Amino acid sequence: MNDIPQGAGLRVEGLSLGYDARRVIEGLDLSLPAGCVTAILGPNGCGKSTLLHALARLRPPLAGRITLEGRALASFPPRALAQKLAILPQAPLAPPGIRVADLVRRGRAPWRGLLQPWSAADATACDAAIAAVGLGPQAGDPVDALSGGQRQRAWIALVLAQSTPFLLLDEPTTWLDLAHQIEILSLLRRLNRERGITVVSVLHDLNLAARYSDRLVLLGREGLIAEGSPEAVMTEANLARAFGLAARVLPDPVSGTPMVCPL
Amino acid sequence: MGAVLRLWPVALLMLAAVALTLGVGVRDLSAGAIWRALTAWDPTDPAQVVLVEIRLPRLATGLVAGAALGLAGCVMQALTRNPLADPGLLGVNAGAAFAVVTGALIIGGSGAGLTAILAFPGAALAAAAVFLLGGGLRGEPGPVRLTLAGVAVSALLYSIVNALVLIRGDALEVFRFWVAGTLAQGLQKPLAEMGLVVLAGWLLTLWLAPLLELLALGRDLARGLGTNPLRVQGGALLAVTLLSGAGVAIAGPIAFLGLIVPPVTRRLAGGDLRRELMVAPFVGASILLLADGAGRLILAPAEVRVGVMTAILGGPVFVWIARSLRPGEAR
Repeated sequence: MNDIPQGAGLRVEGLSLGYDARRVIEGLDLSLPAGCVTAILGPNGCGKSTLLHALARLRPPLAGRITLEGRALASFPPRALAQKLAILPQAPLAPPGIRVADLVRRGRAPWRGLLQPWSAADATACDAAIAAVGLGPQAGDPVDALSGGQRQRAWIALVLAQSTPFLLLDEPTTWLDLAHQIEILSLLRRLNRERGITVVSVLHDLNLAARYSDRLVLLGREGLIAEGSPEAVMTEANLARAFGLAARVLPDPVSGTPMVCPL
Repeated sequence: MGAVLRLWPVALLMLAAVALTLGVGVRDLSAGAIWRALTAWDPTDPAQVVLVEIRLPRLATGLVAGAALGLAGCVMQALTRNPLADPGLLGVNAGAAFAVVTGALIIGGSGAGLTAILAFPGAALAAAAVFLLGGGLRGEPGPVRLTLAGVAVSALLYSIVNALVLIRGDALEVFRFWVAGTLAQGLQKPLAEMGLVVLAGWLLTLWLAPLLELLALGRDLARGLGTNPLRVQGGALLAVTLLSGAGVAIAGPIAFLGLIVPPVTRRLAGGDLRRELMVAPFVGASILLLADGAGRLILAPAEVRVGVMTAILGGPVFVWIARSLRPGEAR
C-alpha cells in the first residue's frame, strides 16, 4: 500500500482529544492511507472511539489538526463532508417499526435537497447498498425483526447508500457472535476491494482485526504504540505495552496473519 | 417504496366532525337550515343566527386549534422519539396558559385578546425548560425522563394558575377557560391571526420533517449525515411553540390531543414523517371537533368542556401507549 500518495487519506497531526480536564489522546500523529482497511485497536478507555469520532468531526480536537485528502477537516461544509465520509456510530437508533429499505433511504440525505423528490440515482444507490450487504430479500421487513447480524448489515447499507469514499465504523462487530463478526468484517473488506472504499473501524478482536485489515493502529494508555501492517504491529512487545498482556504471537494456521495466544 | 397515504378515512372523519359541529347543539339544525343560511342569509331566522354567530366560529376555532395541537403532538413525538410526548403532557400548554393568566392579571382584561400573544413566550419557555430538564442537550432524552419533566413543570404551572384564579374570585368565570379548554366564544378570539401562525408552523414542520427523521437515528449518525442537530431541535421547538401557543391562545389548554393524533397519522401515512404532517392538521381538527360535539351531547343541554373530553379520550390512549413501550425504550 506504499504507492498511495500521502495526501490521499486521513492525516492526523499533533492531535489532542479529551473530555473536559482529562486528555485521552495527546499529540497524536497518524496517517490513514486511502484505499486501505484499517483497524484501530487498544485497551478499553484508550480513546479509540474518541479518535474515530474526531476523524468524523463529531468531536472537536483540543489541539492539532486533521486533514482529509489534504484539506483541513474543519473547513468542510457539513453536507460536503457527509458526501466524502460516512460514520456508523456504535449504537444508532432504529425508529420503531421502520423497514430496512426506509432506513437505508435515509443514507441519501447528503445528496438530496430538503424539497427535492426521490431521484433514480437515489434509488439505484439504495438498491445497490442493500444488495451489497445481502439484504435484498429482507428489504421490506421491519428492522426490529432482523437478527443481530442482519441488523448491523442494514446499518452498513445505510452508510453505503451515503456513497462516500471513506467509511468509519465504531465497533461494528460488538455484540455479534463469531460467525456474524466474520460476516461483517469480510463484507467490509469486500467493499474495500471491489469499490476502493477506505474503511477505518474500531475493533476489539485482535486476531480478526489482523486477519481482515491491511493496517493496524494500536493505541495504549500513553498514546500510539504502533501503526503499520498487522505483522509489524502485532508483536509480543507491543501487546505487552498496550494491554499489559503477556502473550505469544504465532502465525494464524489458516490465514498466516499474526495470532495472539495469551500466556 | 413510498408509503401509501390513505386520504379517505381523513375525509370521512372530517365530514362527520363538520356535520356534528354545525348540526348538533342546544338547538339542532337541519341540513336544510344550514344550506339556507349559506345561500339565503336571513338575520331574523334564529336558527341562522345560531349557525353564523355560534356554530361557524366554533367550527373555525376547532379547525385551527385541532390542527395546531395535532401537529404539535406529531412534531414533539418525532423530536423526542417519545410516543408519550404531547404539548399538554410536556408542559407546553401549561406554560402558555400560565403566561396568559399572569399577563391578564397584571395588565387586566379577559385574556382572550391582546394577552393571548403571551401564550407564545410562555409556551417557548416551558418547552425549553422541559427539554433541558429531560436531558435534551446532553444527548438522547428518554421518554420517561421527558414525560416526568413535563408532568412536573405542568403541575407546577397549573397550581400557580389555579392559585391565581382562586385568589381572584371575580375572575373565576373568565379564567376557567385557561384551566380546561373550550371551543366556544370563537368570535372573541384572534382566530385569523392564530390561523396564520398555525399555517406558518405547519410549513416549518413540513420543511423540517426529513431532518427530524435523520435526528431520530441518533445525534452522531444525524451529524454524520450532514445535519446540525441543535439547529433541527431549535427549529422543531420553534414550530411546537408557534403551534401550541396558537392553539392554546384560542381554545385554552387542551390535553392529550397531541397524544391521540400521532398514532392515527402514523397508521394513515405509514411512517413517512412529511406525509404524517400533511394529514395531521385534518386528523387533529376532526378529533377535536368530534370530542367537542360529544361533549355537547352527553349531558345536553349542559356542555362538557372539550378539554375534559379529550382528557377522557386520551387517558386510555396514554395507558395503551405506555403499555406497548418496549422495556428498552422505558428509560
